[in-house]
Amino acid sequence: MALKIEPRREVSRALVYGTPVLAIFLTVLSGFFLFAVMGYDPLTALYFFFVAPLLSLFGLSEIMLKAAPLILIAVGLAMGFRANVWNIGAEGQLTCGAIAGGGVALLFWGDEGVWILPLVCFAGLLGGMLYAAIPAFLKTRYEVNEILTSLMLSYVATLLLSALVFGPWKDPMGFNFPQSRMFTDSAILPIILEGTRLHLGTVIALMIAVAVWVVMSFTIVGFQLRVVGLAPAAARFAGFSRRRLIWLALLTSGGFAGLAGAFEVVGPIGQLVPVISPGYGFTAIIVAFLGRLHPLGIILAGLLMALSYIGGENAQVEVGLPQAVTGVFQGLLLFFLLASDFLARYRIRRVPS
Amino acid sequence: MSPRLEVLGVTKQFPGVLANDDVSLSVTPGEIHALLGENGAGKSTLVKMIYGVLHPDRGSLEWDGAPVRINDPRAARKLGIGMVFQHFSLFEAMTVNENIALGMDQPGDMASLATRVRQISADYGLPLDPDRSVYSLSVGERQRIEIVRCLLQNPKLLIMDEPTSVLTPQEVERLFETLRKIAAEGCSILYISHKLAEIKALCDRATILRGGRVVAECDPRAETTAAMAAMMIGEELTAVKRRASTAVGEARMVVDGLFLPVDDLHGVNLRNISFTAHAGEIFGIAGVAGNGQNELHAALSGEFLASRPEEIRVAGQAVGHLDAGARRQFGVGSIPEERNGHGAVASMNLVENVVLGAHHRENLLAVGFIKRAAAQAFTERVVAGYDVRTPSTATAAGSLSGGNLQKFIVGREILQKPAVLIASQPTWGVDAGAAARIHQALIDLAAAGAAVIVISQDLDELMAISNRLAVLNVGVLSPALDTAQVSVAEIGLLMGGVHGA
Repeated sequence: MALKIEPRREVSRALVYGTPVLAIFLTVLSGFFLFAVMGYDPLTALYFFFVAPLLSLFGLSEIMLKAAPLILIAVGLAMGFRANVWNIGAEGQLTCGAIAGGGVALLFWGDEGVWILPLVCFAGLLGGMLYAAIPAFLKTRYEVNEILTSLMLSYVATLLLSALVFGPWKDPMGFNFPQSRMFTDSAILPIILEGTRLHLGTVIALMIAVAVWVVMSFTIVGFQLRVVGLAPAAARFAGFSRRRLIWLALLTSGGFAGLAGAFEVVGPIGQLVPVISPGYGFTAIIVAFLGRLHPLGIILAGLLMALSYIGGENAQVEVGLPQAVTGVFQGLLLFFLLASDFLARYRIRRVPS
Repeated sequence: MSPRLEVLGVTKQFPGVLANDDVSLSVTPGEIHALLGENGAGKSTLVKMIYGVLHPDRGSLEWDGAPVRINDPRAARKLGIGMVFQHFSLFEAMTVNENIALGMDQPGDMASLATRVRQISADYGLPLDPDRSVYSLSVGERQRIEIVRCLLQNPKLLIMDEPTSVLTPQEVERLFETLRKIAAEGCSILYISHKLAEIKALCDRATILRGGRVVAECDPRAETTAAMAAMMIGEELTAVKRRASTAVGEARMVVDGLFLPVDDLHGVNLRNISFTAHAGEIFGIAGVAGNGQNELHAALSGEFLASRPEEIRVAGQAVGHLDAGARRQFGVGSIPEERNGHGAVASMNLVENVVLGAHHRENLLAVGFIKRAAAQAFTERVVAGYDVRTPSTATAAGSLSGGNLQKFIVGREILQKPAVLIASQPTWGVDAGAAARIHQALIDLAAAGAAVIVISQDLDELMAISNRLAVLNVGVLSPALDTAQVSVAEIGLLMGGVHGA
């Protein structure tokens, strides 16, 4: 007896949209057994992981706060993924956006003016775009695989940030800690909900997600991105320039990641430190796929993924679960999503040998 | 004589289509037996069951009078069944000898295999050098590899699936001599084709399939091609109406010294191509597959750019540097050979596919936004005007049958009233009814004053619809010939690379 994998003739729509729900269910189920094996009470652990954060305003606002960069980065990445442009280096573009935005904030440190914050955000956007321009140039000019270049450049960006905060940008009054000065108020994003850390950037991220949805669904640019991903030859047939679309996809996703980076440093962090993101740029890849590369799906997926961060911290404090559980959950979720996606498209059949 | 192979009431059901319905046929030793039918008639399904690739749902096979069950191709080869597929399975980077060894169950050592390959190719008039790499061989030579591979196993039944679709008329003649020789030695040949003239010239008997059923069996030498065509199609073919060749209009597309070097190792460089297509004519470009047709289509439509703008002119304007979208503004329409993934996106619906090909000229955009209602209306005009059978305009292009999708693409292009239309293999893999409709649409378009360029490997098609034609051979285009005054033999020589004949 052998097993054979064969494509399904019809892939049902219900299955395509149902797989994320199935994947979430299986992840929670595995978590249940995982906690039991580890010697915790599974129901209590799951409660603190997935339910408790939703029961307080603070918990909800923290989820929003963490979801915003994930959503912002993921909608940009999804534009590229639809066009078969695989920007895996959003983490690096986020870091460069943070450096550029933070740099501007430091440059005008102590100055007053309503123009400073917009300038900081713009610098963040530009920083991410410029950093994504490197893989875009290499790809369009020399056909260098953007997966490799963008991913490897991530580590370069992290080191660059470290070099700056350990060196020239170190706070002169900071007891030699590797961090910059705290930004002054004119460069800090205003809080939109009293008593929480929820800032203006969250709203902007959601607005951008909706704008991306409009672009992808109703404009010729979104159409071109989808066609070049589905059928490159058909894109050539219609005269859509592959080069231009690669540039567009990388600059947009890089720009959004950079903006997210700037939002982080002039939002909840308030200064430049060696590590500014708990891997948002990589987690956003999971968010993009979990949300079916659709901006509205990505908003939901971003909220869920943020819950896994907050829930992980919560469970750490309340039940004493190790911190690694958050990563395990995110990994399980991606695994189940890809596996159920595969089974939605293919079926396994027994064949008599 | 007792039959070598007997097929008894074989039925094969695929989801949604009954591919073979109670099919029976018998082949005697030394006989060349034709299996005749349109695309989709069930020929391939039947021979795949004989070769063990598929298994019948009902019915049985008998081999030399005894019932057999053929589980897989290996079992088929063991019985002495060899098959030459329409699409070769060869590794380009490997030598002829290595390729032959890979496809055999017991190849033996390479040196003695090479000797046997030389022996067989000499015996059967199939010149082949075992040490050549496959990528350097022509399509005809590649086919010889597949035939030699079969002959090495001393077959008692050789199945040939549309073997001539990629050959020049001269190569076809040579192949027929080989096949006759093989048959004379007692090997049966099951010859699959839809080319009636060939079957008349080669075969002793013919079984005709239509819609999965055997509709007739006949002696092709005693039947007229028209009679066989009627049996195959089930109705008398309506001949396309050709307008009396009217005076051609002004030069529409002028190609002057087009060179196109390609990066692809196995692509064909176009060399110094020059021709003029006039308003009101159908200009045919004949040639065997793989002689630069894809590259020429890409260069004319704008998918590849010419090195100098002046190499291609449309209505006097140099357009060689413009991409396909920009050339559409000058009225250049395009129907690529490949429908799914090139002329249309399979997973997108018909309205989206209209946007794909028609937004440049049909005013389907407003400040970057797609005008859905306008696209919908245009789609409905295409579906109604070109008899596209589809459940709705929201159906994915990929779920239409080949003929319907082609009618859709042809309609989409023609309704934009192109000044120049470039069509590659417009009726390839399309049923006869749709093919006739497409031919008529192209003729009408030319009559309405457009220049139509048809690139096709089907010489009969070009002879039927084109006013003038030229032949493409290894990237070089012959001078244009008047279709009414040229013979198939002359074109055959050009297709084989004999210029100035």
